[in-house]
Amino acid sequence: MYLSEYQAKEILAQYGVAIPQGRIAASAEEAEARAREIACEKFAVKSQIGAGGRGLAGGIKFAASPGAVRIAAQELIGSTLVTEQTGPKGEKVGQVYVEAAVDAAASLYAAVIIDPKTAQPTILAAAVGGVEFETLAAENPEAVHSLALSRQGEVADATLLSFLNGLGISMAAAGSAAELLRSAVRALIKTDAVLVEINPLAITGADQAIALDAKMVIDGNAIPRHPELDGFVREAPVDDAERIARENEVNFLKLDGNIGLLVNGAGLGLATYDMVVDAGGRPANFMDIRTTAYSFQIARVIDLLVKDPAIKVILVNIHGGGMTACDTVAEAISFAYSRSERKPPIVYRAAGQNADWSRTMMKDRRLPFENAANITQAVNRAVVVAKQGRL
Amino acid sequence: MAVLVGKDTKVIVQGITGRSGTFYTDSAMRYGTHFVGGVRPGKGGAKHLDLPIFDKVAEAVKETGANASMILVPAQNATAAMVEAIEAGGGVVVCVTERVPVHDMMRVKDALKGSDSRLIGPNSQGILSPGLCKIGVMSTTHAQPGAIGIVTRSASLASELVAQTSGVGLGQSTTIGVGGDPIHGIGFRDCLELFKEDPVTKGVILVGEIGGTEEEEAADYLSAGPYGKPVVALIVGRHAPKERRMGHAGTLSIFGSKTVEDKETKLADAGVLIAKNADAVAPLMAKALRG
Repeated sequence: MYLSEYQAKEILAQYGVAIPQGRIAASAEEAEARAREIACEKFAVKSQIGAGGRGLAGGIKFAASPGAVRIAAQELIGSTLVTEQTGPKGEKVGQVYVEAAVDAAASLYAAVIIDPKTAQPTILAAAVGGVEFETLAAENPEAVHSLALSRQGEVADATLLSFLNGLGISMAAAGSAAELLRSAVRALIKTDAVLVEINPLAITGADQAIALDAKMVIDGNAIPRHPELDGFVREAPVDDAERIARENEVNFLKLDGNIGLLVNGAGLGLATYDMVVDAGGRPANFMDIRTTAYSFQIARVIDLLVKDPAIKVILVNIHGGGMTACDTVAEAISFAYSRSERKPPIVYRAAGQNADWSRTMMKDRRLPFENAANITQAVNRAVVVAKQGRL
Repeated sequence: MAVLVGKDTKVIVQGITGRSGTFYTDSAMRYGTHFVGGVRPGKGGAKHLDLPIFDKVAEAVKETGANASMILVPAQNATAAMVEAIEAGGGVVVCVTERVPVHDMMRVKDALKGSDSRLIGPNSQGILSPGLCKIGVMSTTHAQPGAIGIVTRSASLASELVAQTSGVGLGQSTTIGVGGDPIHGIGFRDCLELFKEDPVTKGVILVGEIGGTEEEEAADYLSAGPYGKPVVALIVGRHAPKERRMGHAGTLSIFGSKTVEDKETKLADAGVLIAKNADAVAPLMAKALRG
């Protein structure tokens, strides 16, 4: 689960990470009122969207007074930001975070992750923070320094300080930066986070380290044991289709194309997706039917595909395995089609457990399908059918 | 011959009494896997599927001489089950359970340190040596004893490639699912080492994905010296939209993760043959072996 700036800052502050005073607001009036509660010389008004890159896209404005905060918030709330991470449709701004603007004498990049290679909590940091960090990391990966911690997140003081000195942080500021990082590590461990990112991490003129922006990613598999995060779970923007799919044991992502994909397994899902794009087609979704899904559950996800007017063809690529046999999926298709007026054509490719039987079922139940012998054939045919709109 | 498992592998099942445990133990038993018992705390002394049930893995190992364990417990119990099996010297520990928290896997890695046990998974379909031993949940419909070692992060693509390699008459020596999670037991590199020493294995297929560093580590290993057997790789996720999370949790690696093209280049530089899509893998291997 991704935590946006104000959520991540709320949590990090509880673990002792220094952050500027700030408040969340959903309207211009509220933004002005919240600004009046913050004692500072100038304000930053920051759009709360899930995607990164908002600074370059004009999603952060500065204001000299609470009245000016109101004007800035007016412009941001309800606007759509297109950043390099949102895709062309952009993301609508629902809320702004109003905070005391901080003059940074230096700004760094810092993150704490669980490094999959070593299975250890690891601090990553670079001497350049803010929007330039990504360019730097892409062009010069060696500029990102890393420090592996014990599995409990411990590190000796001397080690941490010398790591910070290696980033060019002055001795005077290193103590404060070390304390901030230790707090961030504790937050990572205690909340089952897989990422705490602080970018930029500012060093003020008074040698104090402070987190100007923050993001966290909590391990979705650990959320059941964190009831204290329920509030964030409820706030998380979830696509209806994706929610319905998840409740039915299917991983599903809605995309913009016209070829509906019905595939079991994450790997086969990605492989099929790649082949559709390579063949010039546009997938309408990504799908991975989990092995635990029953036919009636899969049918509810197929309901979403058949009722979507953008979808011109459904490409089925099933490799029947242990529990998800091919006939389970054929049965699900038949459930969904029997209760739908709209019946988009199907290109059907099945292999593995009960593949032949599933084709017989598709035929007996008079489903509008064409059989394909292999994935390449199925993909090429689906691309043609999507263009023609019929089999 | 096969790697890690064979005719002499004696398997216990942790979580044998559950719905999945019962179903998959039964089907693997029909396939010919030699099961010797099950573990279910509180049910020690009972029988299930005609197998003796024990309260603890250590007891089961002591009583039955088991040298492998298949874990099919709910996610919240999986960490404890893995640690217990590793500490009991369970040999080859196969964890099928998915949705194990990342932080828990740090504990599991600690348990593995200095242990002789080998962990496969979690979130893995398991290990299959056709005709000899199946520990896991994979389909065996198209599996045939043969010459190809298959290592994947994905169960569905493993089934697909088993069918393809059987289709071209090559068959499989052993197929191993390293699991779809970012932190897991044995990896591509370990599997490559095992297959190198296995006389039956004539070629190895690696199926990778965007994210993680498995493929890079495999490439580093293969660059270090002659491997002596053809290696074919398929890396999926080339077109997955960057801003959306697709596929396995392992693909969500914000750092140190390269694009599919980067992984392919690195593997190709190490002498690996790159398949352009899922249908091209077995033909490429057949060509490499038969000319």
